Amino acid sequence: MPDIVRNGVTIDDNFAEAFPMSGTGILITAPNAKWARQAGLTMTGFATSVIGCGCEAGIDREVSPQETPDGRPGVRVLLFAMSSKDAEKQLVNRLGQCVLTCPGSAVYSTVAGEFEIKVGDAVRQFGDKWQMSKVVDGRRYWRVPVMDGEFFCEGKVGLTKKSVGGGNLLIMGADWDKTMRATEAAVSAIDGVADAIAPFPGGIVRSGSKVGSQYKGMSASTNDAYCPTLRGVTKSALDEDIGCVLEIVIDGLTDNAVREAMRAGLRAIIEMGPEQGAKRVGAGNYGGKLGPFHYHLKELLP
Amino acid sequence: MKPFTFTLRQEPPQRVDLSPLTPDRLAGKPIAQIEEIEIGVTRISTKVGDLFKIAEGDLKNVRFEGGSSRFDLLGTKLLPGFAIHVEGDVGAQCGRLAKGGRITVAGSAGPHAASGNLGADIEIRGDVGEFLAGPLAGELAGMAGGRVIVRGKAGERAGDRLRRGILIIEGDAGEDLGARVIAGTIFCLGEAKGRIGYLNKRGSIVLARGGCFGATYVDCGAHELTFARLFARSLRNHSAPAADLLSRKLRRYGGDTAVYGKGEILTPD
Repeated sequence: MPDIVRNGVTIDDNFAEAFPMSGTGILITAPNAKWARQAGLTMTGFATSVIGCGCEAGIDREVSPQETPDGRPGVRVLLFAMSSKDAEKQLVNRLGQCVLTCPGSAVYSTVAGEFEIKVGDAVRQFGDKWQMSKVVDGRRYWRVPVMDGEFFCEGKVGLTKKSVGGGNLLIMGADWDKTMRATEAAVSAIDGVADAIAPFPGGIVRSGSKVGSQYKGMSASTNDAYCPTLRGVTKSALDEDIGCVLEIVIDGLTDNAVREAMRAGLRAIIEMGPEQGAKRVGAGNYGGKLGPFHYHLKELLP
Repeated sequence: MKPFTFTLRQEPPQRVDLSPLTPDRLAGKPIAQIEEIEIGVTRISTKVGDLFKIAEGDLKNVRFEGGSSRFDLLGTKLLPGFAIHVEGDVGAQCGRLAKGGRITVAGSAGPHAASGNLGADIEIRGDVGEFLAGPLAGELAGMAGGRVIVRGKAGERAGDRLRRGILIIEGDAGEDLGARVIAGTIFCLGEAKGRIGYLNKRGSIVLARGGCFGATYVDCGAHELTFARLFARSLRNHSAPAADLLSRKLRRYGGDTAVYGKGEILTPD
């Protein structure tokens, strides 16, 4: 089938293949937006890929004081893992090491899921029996005394097994600057979509991978078909006009959140056009047999 | 739909036990059968029909037109989702062991109101007697959940052995407020006297007026507490003065160090 061209940008007739994941998250508040954001950033550091980090996490959005339970500025952090057990382990570890330690922070549940996992009920023991529990409107919270006052944390947070991980866009352009410009525009569009995150640095991954390797025991290696410096020597997917490829990977609490995030990213890239931004957009998949969720680019066009 | 209404015909000749008149226990009974329910507590018979004129309606909302300080055990073991309103006073043990739902009393309540409450939302617009939310003799714990708001004054030993839940007294409290508290939260927006928080283990007692709490309560300084902000928001629609109190900087007195000592008294700085 012929590729589709929109506003001068070629859209591959291809699809992104995604997988079911366990999704959870927390709302972190702090006395000011800087420290709420800092807690969110610290907790979502080293959380780009489940392969090496145990989970994928990112800041979904900043939350205004009017929307938070305690009237302080906050950030909503989402965390995805391959199983609910992994998600719980990662969330509790990150909460204990990155949020409990962050000055002024407090933690609330923010994901309405079918399950609940213990967070405050686990971290409370840091209080060495000085912690106090308060039940407010049927939800249990813990007040843990710390050196700047009290760490306030909800006992349990929601978890859903209906999350989706691995939605993606491959953005291809003439050079690094133009490709980056288009990709950044797509990432900021995706930031505006609720319930979806792009876990890689700044939302962008430059080292897309393929399954398998020439080395024994390596399950994934560089996606040589999309490496511009190998265009002549490998079975390349790139034409002569492409000098740089960047990828956005998207995880969402729902199938629809991933779809809407991909749609928003695609729209931003197309609006920018090939002169300023990307010439071509593709998507990564494994032939369609591994993941149950398929997002066809042609169905997401504006 | 109109509430299921009991209209008082006359002052009861004796104390009456209203525990059979909760929605779940009335469900499925015809009016004639309800009128035959014995509610007297002496050898002299007093039946529902002798005291009340009954108007059928939505059983989710039961309404008593007219009250009396002889109305004991109103709303006993009330279940979630149901509501009882009394346009008048009630007697002892109103809302005893209520599991949920909502009880509103336009007048005053007698002793042991909300005793052993497990989850009901109870509002008393007048005053209450002694042992608000407290245990009966021999019981080890008092109220274990829910929210009780008294717009007027409370008698002695309000919140005795409170285990969980929120107790708000908008007026003055009698002696020994929050004695033997296990956990939970008590507010007193008027004056509190006597041994406040005597033998308090892990409870929070929030007082609008400070004072001396004895040698076993230790000053822990004034703080902006995050939990108070959340709590204040949750209470805003139920008791604005309590929410205002929590929104201020609060001085924390830790105690009662005569016992477990993990509780606190909070007062505005």
